[in-house]
Amino acid sequence: MSVFRQISSVTAMNLRSMPQRIGSSSVIVVGIAGVVGVLLSVFALTRSLSDAVLATGSPDRAIVLRSGATGEFSSTLLVDAVATIKDAPGIARGEDGKPAVTADFVAAVNLFRKEDGARAGLSVRGVDPAVMAVRPEIKIVDGRLFAPGLRELIVGRSALQEFKDVGVGDGVQLRDGRWTVVGVFESGRDANESSLMTDSATLLSAYQRTAVNSVTVRLQSEGAFDAFKTALTTNPTLSVSVERETDFYRRQSEDANQIFGIIGIAVGVFMSLGAIFAALNSMYSAVTVRTREIATLRAIGFGAGGVIVSVLVEALILALIGAAVGAALSWILFNGNTVTLGDSTGSMVFDMQITPSLVVLGVLLACSVGFIGGLLPAVRAARLPVATALRAI
Amino acid sequence: MKYLPLIWAGLWRKRVSTVLTMLCVVFAFALFGLLHGFSAALDGIIDAMSDTRLRSMSRVNITQPLPLAHRARMQMVPGVDEVSYYNFFAGYYQDRRNSIQVGAIDIASFNAIYPDIKIEPQYIEAMLHTRNGALVGEDLAKEQGWKVGDRLPLGSAVWTRKDGAENWDFEIVGSYRSPSGRVPTSELWINYDYFDEARAAANGTVTLYFLKIHDSASAAAISERVDALFANSTNETQTQSEKDWVRAQIAQIGDIAFFVNAIILAVMFALCFVTGNTMMQSVRARIPELAVLKTYGFSNTAVMSLVLAESVILCSVAAALGIGIAAVISPPIYRQFGAGGLNLPVAVVAVGMGLAILFAIVSASLPALRAQRLSIVDALAGR
Amino acid sequence: MTALVSIKQVVKGYTRGKQRVEVLHSIDLTVERGEFVALMGPSGSGKTTLLNLIGGLDRPDRGEIVVAGERLDQLSSGQLAKWRARNVGFIFQFYNLLPVLTAERNVEVPLLLTKLSAAERRRNVAAALELVGLADRAKHKPGELSGGQQQRVAIARALVADPTLLVCDEPTGDLDRETSESILKLLELLNEHQHKTIVMVTHDPRAAHFASRRLYVDKGSLANAPLGVAA
Repeated sequence: MSVFRQISSVTAMNLRSMPQRIGSSSVIVVGIAGVVGVLLSVFALTRSLSDAVLATGSPDRAIVLRSGATGEFSSTLLVDAVATIKDAPGIARGEDGKPAVTADFVAAVNLFRKEDGARAGLSVRGVDPAVMAVRPEIKIVDGRLFAPGLRELIVGRSALQEFKDVGVGDGVQLRDGRWTVVGVFESGRDANESSLMTDSATLLSAYQRTAVNSVTVRLQSEGAFDAFKTALTTNPTLSVSVERETDFYRRQSEDANQIFGIIGIAVGVFMSLGAIFAALNSMYSAVTVRTREIATLRAIGFGAGGVIVSVLVEALILALIGAAVGAALSWILFNGNTVTLGDSTGSMVFDMQITPSLVVLGVLLACSVGFIGGLLPAVRAARLPVATALRAI
Repeated sequence: MKYLPLIWAGLWRKRVSTVLTMLCVVFAFALFGLLHGFSAALDGIIDAMSDTRLRSMSRVNITQPLPLAHRARMQMVPGVDEVSYYNFFAGYYQDRRNSIQVGAIDIASFNAIYPDIKIEPQYIEAMLHTRNGALVGEDLAKEQGWKVGDRLPLGSAVWTRKDGAENWDFEIVGSYRSPSGRVPTSELWINYDYFDEARAAANGTVTLYFLKIHDSASAAAISERVDALFANSTNETQTQSEKDWVRAQIAQIGDIAFFVNAIILAVMFALCFVTGNTMMQSVRARIPELAVLKTYGFSNTAVMSLVLAESVILCSVAAALGIGIAAVISPPIYRQFGAGGLNLPVAVVAVGMGLAILFAIVSASLPALRAQRLSIVDALAGR
Repeated sequence: MTALVSIKQVVKGYTRGKQRVEVLHSIDLTVERGEFVALMGPSGSGKTTLLNLIGGLDRPDRGEIVVAGERLDQLSSGQLAKWRARNVGFIFQFYNLLPVLTAERNVEVPLLLTKLSAAERRRNVAAALELVGLADRAKHKPGELSGGQQQRVAIARALVADPTLLVCDEPTGDLDRETSESILKLLELLNEHQHKTIVMVTHDPRAAHFASRRLYVDKGSLANAPLGVAA
């Protein structure tokens, strides 16, 4: 009998007898379901937060900060610098012919979350009228845009969903008094949608400032970035750093990524090790139960290869079932859940997504655990001296 | 205990299975120790916070400064012993990415606010007489290798100088430490006067106020009175005890407890399967032996107790090992999260061991019942 | 009355699925103190069932069983367990030793139910192993002993609590001729010198030869001679 036929017939025999081993089989399934379910949830949290932050950036936009600043809060740009930046090459023009540039001043305000009543910070971003040309994804979906010079704000839909007292008509206490929310905007569930927006000049004067935090521009094309950046960084009157907006937000999410990454890895390592030992336990007992059967096959003349493959196939099938169960549980419990994470200077509202790529990751993990768990028992079964095995009770 | 050999015999009947199951339990409880420990450590931080010290900041947001003028009015509120202030400097050393926690303070009143902190009198003197003096926290000094007498050029990520210079030059004139270990010593403190005079904006303001009160029971009442002083002004305050403030900070991050408990629950559930299955297989394999015990007069309850005892010992030993691992690797992980100096709380160990025993009994309940109900006659006949 | 075992009109049956099968039909039997009785018969005859009843491992459906002065048919299973601990030692065809424990630990098991101190238990175990001639193998595990040696350990275990009755189910069933003989000689010794009453089920006529009385069980009834064979 050809090697392939041998292997497939032994494997088929093995699979047919699997229902008898339902006890030990369920151990692998449950163990791996646990690992996959938990890890998918933790990774989904990290990935979804990261994706939501990244969605704020667009490759055809660039953000300018003071040289060396790590974020907007540690950056100040003076009026002259802003004027120089507006003249740089490569900037797109809005429908009105004006450059698509917004010089942003970011403040923060304390508000209360709906879910648990906790006080958290929301970002208040002062933007220029040209912001609609810079960020075409912003759309007013309720009420109207703020009027410059008045104490008016618009609120992002995500922020409205998760925070109390920020609806149209509500009053928000800023530095110089009460401001009114006059509209709700959508921008693709990104970082901006988790914040409030108003007119930059009005906000600056309320905070008695003239310097902004950042300047964001929409470029004529993605390729226009290099010229834009060079013009600004080689200008001796300026001391700025220029980044593609996508890179900027990637950097912003790194810190959070790091923390969640550590948690994810720690949880993952421990759970995977536990699952491997559970799988080993399960496959080991599955093999022991079949000792006489395996020995008989080998006495008849079947080679060790078939035995090893059949055990590994069993382990992998069980691992896949476990992965499916774990992924399904994770999906049912967490997919689409809205999460708010934040601190005193701002919050991020996002939805947890169990994406296909995460599921693939889970499946790969499950198969690895199953493979490792099945390998040792498989080899052991194949190498057991036939005579001893036949005598085993 | 005289039954130990019997329990031993039961556990090592299927050696590989027992060892592998124990390893599963070890890792499950190591995870438990890590996660639950972290959650409990956060609680510990809250508990260590003072409720005779209040924090007062702008009601609008922490990024809004408060005027220095508030201090005099706060000091007049009955029950307030001392009022001190603090301003964030957002410092960095040599590289913008190497951020240092720096606070501009009024050393005289600050010392009264933090009885937990020990500063040598000569250092306080030096700080009062050196305008650009700095006090370095013990942990920070150790981490950066700084000593008293060092010159320290710092940059500020947020503040620019009136004179346009990039660097702020300080001289380390002393250090501070926390004998009780409850207050972190990872900051650098500079003189507020020097800082305020040199900075280009927000002069005459502070980031927050510390108020030392006499009686912790009146924390809430005093906080309200302070806030009432400045209500409806352009600089409204939000005052609360430090304990409440930390609690609020942690709550901001999100529902950690829920996530942690959910993971632990999932792990324990899966583990029950593993252990339960192992014990069931062990009992099935030992049916003739258990029957023989019964023939020799061991009662049904005795045999059931034997199985339960095996499970309890297996789980307890493995859980202890797992929690031990968590205790060893927790401190460095806590430090990564900025909660340095903490150890795995003792309560976590107690809860963990209790959980292990409960878990052992639950997962062994079916096998134990099987052993109890085992019919001698059927078992001996091989049925 | 010197009868150690007294069985009157005992009926025992089992329910297999929907069917009720009567295994013993109104058996009467007495065994005197100090006897060595062999129960023989074809498989399915009920001899093991009868042995189980004598040993207090099971209860009859009807009838009276008195062993060592107790009405076994009136005891609950918990009471039977206590009775067994005091009065009976069991020996099985496949030894049923605990594989992870040493010989002396195996022999010690019945004593764990008594109130003896650890030192006293050790003494009794040593004495029992001495009696079966395995004192030098005390620290060996069953895996390190031959079949015959394992059975000796099992016999030591059966003796260690000093029961009045030894109940044996095919004690030589798994042993070769020579080893069987030495085991049976040991049982004979225990019967004659230690005055142990022994009831043994066996299908081997050579083994039965060592007994002082042979009984035949066939289809649930007792006879003094095998059917179809002259007494």
